[in-house]
Amino acid sequence: MFIVRNRKFFYSFSALLVVASIVVLSLWGLSPGIDFKGGSIIEVEYVERPTVEAVNTALSGLPLGSYSVRETGDSGYIIRTDELSPEIHGVVMTALSDNGKVSLTEKRFNSIGPVLGKEAIEKSWMSISLVLLAIILFITFAFRKVSRPVSSWKYGLIAIVALGHDVLIPTGVFAVLGHYAGFEIDTLFVTALLVVLGFSIHDTIVVFDRVRENLRRNTEYHEKKQFDTIVGESINQTFVRSINTSLTTLIAIAVLYTFGPEATRHFSLTLLIGIIAGTYSSIFIGSPLLVTWQKWQDKRNK
Amino acid sequence: MFKKRISALILLILAGSIAYFSYNRTDETSRFPYKLGLDLSGGTHLVYEADTSELPEAEIAGAMASLSEVVERRVNIFGVSEPLVQIEEGGTVGNKEHRLIVELPGVTDIQEAVNLIGKTPTLEFRLVKSGVDTMSEEQKKNSTYDDIFAPAELTGRYLKHAQLEFNQTTFEPYVAIQFNDEGAKLFGKITKENVGKIVAIFLDGEPISTPVVQQEITSGNAQITGDFTVEEARTLVRDLNFGALPLPITLMSTQTIGASLGQGALDASLYAGLWAFIIVGLFLVLWYRIPGLISVIALVIYTAINLALFKLIPVTLTSAGIAGFILSIGMAVDANILIFERMKEELKRGMELPEAIKEGFHRAWLSIRDSNSSSIITAVILYYFASTPIVKGFALVFLLGVLSSMFSAITASRTLLLAVGARGEGKISKFLFNSGFLN
Repeated sequence: MFIVRNRKFFYSFSALLVVASIVVLSLWGLSPGIDFKGGSIIEVEYVERPTVEAVNTALSGLPLGSYSVRETGDSGYIIRTDELSPEIHGVVMTALSDNGKVSLTEKRFNSIGPVLGKEAIEKSWMSISLVLLAIILFITFAFRKVSRPVSSWKYGLIAIVALGHDVLIPTGVFAVLGHYAGFEIDTLFVTALLVVLGFSIHDTIVVFDRVRENLRRNTEYHEKKQFDTIVGESINQTFVRSINTSLTTLIAIAVLYTFGPEATRHFSLTLLIGIIAGTYSSIFIGSPLLVTWQKWQDKRNK
Repeated sequence: MFKKRISALILLILAGSIAYFSYNRTDETSRFPYKLGLDLSGGTHLVYEADTSELPEAEIAGAMASLSEVVERRVNIFGVSEPLVQIEEGGTVGNKEHRLIVELPGVTDIQEAVNLIGKTPTLEFRLVKSGVDTMSEEQKKNSTYDDIFAPAELTGRYLKHAQLEFNQTTFEPYVAIQFNDEGAKLFGKITKENVGKIVAIFLDGEPISTPVVQQEITSGNAQITGDFTVEEARTLVRDLNFGALPLPITLMSTQTIGASLGQGALDASLYAGLWAFIIVGLFLVLWYRIPGLISVIALVIYTAINLALFKLIPVTLTSAGIAGFILSIGMAVDANILIFERMKEELKRGMELPEAIKEGFHRAWLSIRDSNSSSIITAVILYYFASTPIVKGFALVFLLGVLSSMFSAITASRTLLLAVGARGEGKISKFLFNSGFLN
């Protein structure tokens, strides 16, 4: 009951984070990676790393368009450029090794044309919209028998509000990280967001499911409990479960973040933030919103 | 009770054999090896766009098939194990594009790969234009090939076969070519009309040989003698025999991962997976005691089933895919937790253990079904709209994980839990089946 009673406090906490996210997003936006805007990334590792200036000198004069050089690890550089053809790539490698005088290994080279980038953006939007649509339909279907005192489509809508919260917060964090640490968003970032959507809805459904069951019990046994009491009890009953599931998932992701490969580090960070937000929203936002809506309905009907 | 224990035993034996099957991991000779993606094994991934604008809709599929065949033959020269050449339809709605995906495990020299795949040797025969004879040396110097030579209709398209041969006396290599019937007729006509004149042989727009025709040649055989090294002649033979690509292609994207980075990513992924499993397992045992232990066993079964599926399907494992699997380990426990929490509640209400177990499973099922459905929906949509192989790999592993977790959590843990068969009404067995530290 504690949660339902103090729901306004929890709402404000979330609202604060969401507003902050929206503000940083509109201020700085997100910086798209080459997945989305096209371009090339070269990662090289030197035995003895030359200075950034030396690398810049080596690269100046090559037809690279705009490029950036950033240190990575103990002895490597990541070089981002416009899309490179295999020939120019060969020229760049020769320049980086100072005509073979400096020994280096090329760890990876990615080059993505603008057409593929544009397509990746479209596909990302498409999958985000489809996932959202499918989730609303699914919840409306799963909760079709629950209509009193809050009709089933409202469960769906509230779940979507909670989802917006869960996705906005990690996106906001990435806007900040993008601004200060040069983090870029790629197709894996979008994937992580969709997983967060799936996970968070999963969590919200468990609580809603308990509300559904307790409502049924309430009618069957003529217990005549208030709606907010029922929701409060449902949250309490599922609380340990929600925390524990999120905990095991968070353990797995935290381990992945710490020990896992570089390639999935941003991915696991997105998941980590998103799932924390998702767990929070399914306990402190989703179900209390049911109560808020029902109270508002009552007031209007009077 | 006896029956329950037998079925639990069968389950364990089954799980054991699946686990054994999955364990055998890097054996090359194994009939079902794990398939590693390029980001783990190292190699090159190329995406080409085929220009089909000149073709009528009905012929595109056939042209793409023969394109992929030609590219496959070229790629095989690399001698890498399991190169992949695959046709893919891409593009956005209403704007269909035809693509060719080429994967070369272990190859990191992109330029060489791209040259080999995209090379379209154009062989053509040209005749000296009339009026060239009267040009001064100065004029000849300033003119282009096109000013001097006119195409003679005969091109590499009429080629039947090319092979490397050596001059009997000088031992210099030359390329012997054989025209097809149509080509032989053309060649016969050209040589007949140009006895005593130059018929130049152009390769990729450059003259490589300018022999003077001695007599009419009707056999359809010709020789290309240039200043070839054996290696050059061999390359030319190879290129001529492979023929031109049936469709023009342009490179859209390249991705190369060095072998060391791939191996590092693989090690890190496996290490992370192992630790995720251990820590999640510890948490389960500490918090849920006996049921926790059982869910750890269920998790082992879950892992074994998934690994076996990776081998059987086979799933190409990428770092994102393994991340998806690690994520699913964390999530697979969810169904167990739902059930155990439910069981605990029923115990609190005063139910006896066996009933509480049954009730726990029964009641938790609805929310397990509903909540997993949303993950399944997400995974399926991700899979179909994946814009990169990385995302696709993740979605597939994640989907398999969610599906098999429903099986392992419900069937496996239920069978085992019932087999452990708490008859106990004593405090100890209730403690063992309870959870947390507060009650």
